Amino acid sequence: MSKALRIPLFYMPIFVGLLLWELAARAGLLDPSICPSLGATLVAVVHLAEKGHLIENTWISLYRQSSGFFLAAFFGILSGMLMAESRWVRNVLEPLLRATFPLPKSALIPLFILWLGIGDAAKVAAVFLGCLLPVVVSTYNAARGINKQLVWSAWSLGTPKWLIPWKVVLPAALPEIMSGLRIALALSFTLMVSAEFLIGQRGLGTLIGTLGEDGDYPGMFAAVLAVTLLGFAADRLFLWLNGRLLRWRE
Amino acid sequence: MALIEIDGVTKNYTLENDRELTAIDRISLSIGDGEFVSIIGPSGCGKSTLLHMIGGFVPCSAGEIRVRGNAIDAPDPDRGIVFQHFALFPWKTVLGNVEYGLAERGIAKAERRRTAQSFIDMVKLNGFENTFPNRLSGGMQQRVAIARMLACEPSILLMDEPFGALDAQTRKILQEELRELWQRFRKTVVFVTHDVREAVFLSQRVVVMSARPGRIKTIVETGLGPDATRAAIDEKADALWDMMRDEVVRSIAAERQGL
Repeated sequence: MSKALRIPLFYMPIFVGLLLWELAARAGLLDPSICPSLGATLVAVVHLAEKGHLIENTWISLYRQSSGFFLAAFFGILSGMLMAESRWVRNVLEPLLRATFPLPKSALIPLFILWLGIGDAAKVAAVFLGCLLPVVVSTYNAARGINKQLVWSAWSLGTPKWLIPWKVVLPAALPEIMSGLRIALALSFTLMVSAEFLIGQRGLGTLIGTLGEDGDYPGMFAAVLAVTLLGFAADRLFLWLNGRLLRWRE
Repeated sequence: MALIEIDGVTKNYTLENDRELTAIDRISLSIGDGEFVSIIGPSGCGKSTLLHMIGGFVPCSAGEIRVRGNAIDAPDPDRGIVFQHFALFPWKTVLGNVEYGLAERGIAKAERRRTAQSFIDMVKLNGFENTFPNRLSGGMQQRVAIARMLACEPSILLMDEPFGALDAQTRKILQEELRELWQRFRKTVVFVTHDVREAVFLSQRVVVMSARPGRIKTIVETGLGPDATRAAIDEKADALWDMMRDEVVRSIAAERQGL
């Protein structure tokens, strides 16, 4: 099959789903007061975009989501590596990790709002904390599980011991770290929207909430669509980067 | 003076149930400069551990290992090592792997490239410089590992069952090539294997280790020149196998008892 056809064919079920949605709305099977048609949703997207709401709120949400995500990526990889390399750090962090792993991080959002206010800080903190654990856990497991003989090889080829985590362990652990980051990326959108739902004046989550309260369901659907597309685009971008970084695994 | 002196070396491990396990028991052995010595023995006899100790990766519980009279306490590029499963850096190309040790020594890029290329040519991998290891067969990966080790110009080569993971034909070819390389450069080689014939074919001396706790059972001079006939090699290998057989049987029996 040619490459040009493969991608549209892969996503075919989605297009069929969208088509069924539109047909069902036109056939009168959906109650337009609670489920607008695809066409009405797309019109609302254009409206929202024209009024500037969509673009502005997208940027704000994206800023919160990516700040939290990148902070979590940096500190998550750092602490995962330190845990793998140092018994002392492991003894401190492992019980903490075990205890907080099953905790739904969204439960902490009200606390962050209490401490950090209703602005960006609380939202970034929620995204950060939610994304942190999958990154720490995947980095720690990957770094601990790498082939010891890789470390020995580098050591015998003249790499000083203190540089081995950077020059050997990190690249060897990268495939698993990237899987952890991908999970964190998906979580970052969930937490961003959840935090914005709860309180605030701007952001896509808030937009969904207020449009819903106003009964502007096509608008609400439009905002949901925007979040969906944003998450999808971020994931595709991530996979592209993943493929480049892990070219050696092909 | 011997190049490598293994002096009363013991290795104990503490198991999870707090029992002590002696992997290697008071081994002493001298290896001369330019000598090719193989260490054979049943699995679990500690032959790889001994090699890792010579490498400086694993500390001795008692005794010491000296190279040129100096006790070793860490790995050094002068003692190169190759492992059974190659241990190449999968994120680096063939060239990147072979250049690695040169880069660590701070050699400038152009010279590094030139030196690495000469070793890639030596192991007959020219044309694969920009290939990643996972695209190569086992035999080719081991060639890269050998080139990576040789590029640092070590005087001692430590080889840990290097051909054990290869198919029989590839193994034969690599054995022949290694022998040629050794005859050309006369580096000191310590070669761990469980393949008796391989040991006889390659080395001047074969150290036979006992089942755990690993001790030296006997040392055999092969006395075979580079143009030894197949029959002479087979005969030597059969004689060595007779000596090793009891140890292998013992180690299998011990394994059954879960020791």
